[in-house]
Amino acid sequence: MESKDYLKDISEIKNMMHKSSRFISLSGLSGILAGIYALVGAIIAHRIILDINAIEHPIKGFFAAFDAISTLFGIAVLVVLLSIVTGIFLTVRKAKKNNARVWDGSSKRLVINFLIPIITGGLFCLVLIDQQLFGLIAPATLIFYGLGCINASKYTLGDIRYLGLINVVLGLISTQFVGYGLYFWAFGFGIMHIIYGTVMYFKYDTDRK
Amino acid sequence: MSIIDNINKVFDHRIRLGIMSVLMVNEYADFKTLKELLDVTDGNLASHTKALETAEYIKVEKQFIGRKPNTRYSTTKLGETEFKKHIEALEKLINKT
Repeated sequence: MESKDYLKDISEIKNMMHKSSRFISLSGLSGILAGIYALVGAIIAHRIILDINAIEHPIKGFFAAFDAISTLFGIAVLVVLLSIVTGIFLTVRKAKKNNARVWDGSSKRLVINFLIPIITGGLFCLVLIDQQLFGLIAPATLIFYGLGCINASKYTLGDIRYLGLINVVLGLISTQFVGYGLYFWAFGFGIMHIIYGTVMYFKYDTDRK
Repeated sequence: MSIIDNINKVFDHRIRLGIMSVLMVNEYADFKTLKELLDVTDGNLASHTKALETAEYIKVEKQFIGRKPNTRYSTTKLGETEFKKHIEALEKLINKT
């Protein structure tokens, strides 16, 4: 009996526990792209808002703002959809490369646990809109998105936990700066995703062939 | 008492360790999942799960999902404690040498 074999046993045990309980094919690149989409979306939204504020005529301004809401909403939906599609595409590609299955117990658990805070947050935001508390929408989205990441971190590579924590903190800070939601969004969803994606990419996607 | 005492003969195999590891961190796993994770043949996996079942370290539940038979496994309390003891013994052995 050699101790080397036992060492191998232990690392095999760890590996199996990890592989069977966590979904490890999440692509880092998709995080970077999601961040870029969010930044581009935020810049376009910023332009639109600046244009409206430039209108001096009060009634014209009011109607322009009214029209802009659906455009801004459209931009937000487009950013989210593009991010999801890119994420799925790149993750499927990474899983295929690693000969892992995409839709198995571990990925299902990941999606479900990520979605619990996200859907709660989505419904909460609808309530905020209904109560006309528009200033709290940006903080709420950041906080619930952060909670989603933290909840998901138990079912995938653990690093996403830090992205979640940062977004929760950002969301809480932004409650004190109502009206600057767009900047917090751009930072939380844009810049933080790019940083997170880059870290993930270099940590897991490059050296693990 | 030597530390070898806690090295459990039932676990002294790569595939059995694998089965136990998966079941320790998951509530349960079915035959197909175990087979894919451990990359073993049906017969091989069946004989090792049988051994663990005989030792009463794992529970086997057979059920039907639709019309397909499905066998799923989970650890027993005994299996969990024995596996923990086994790992501790392994760690001690490694630290000794």
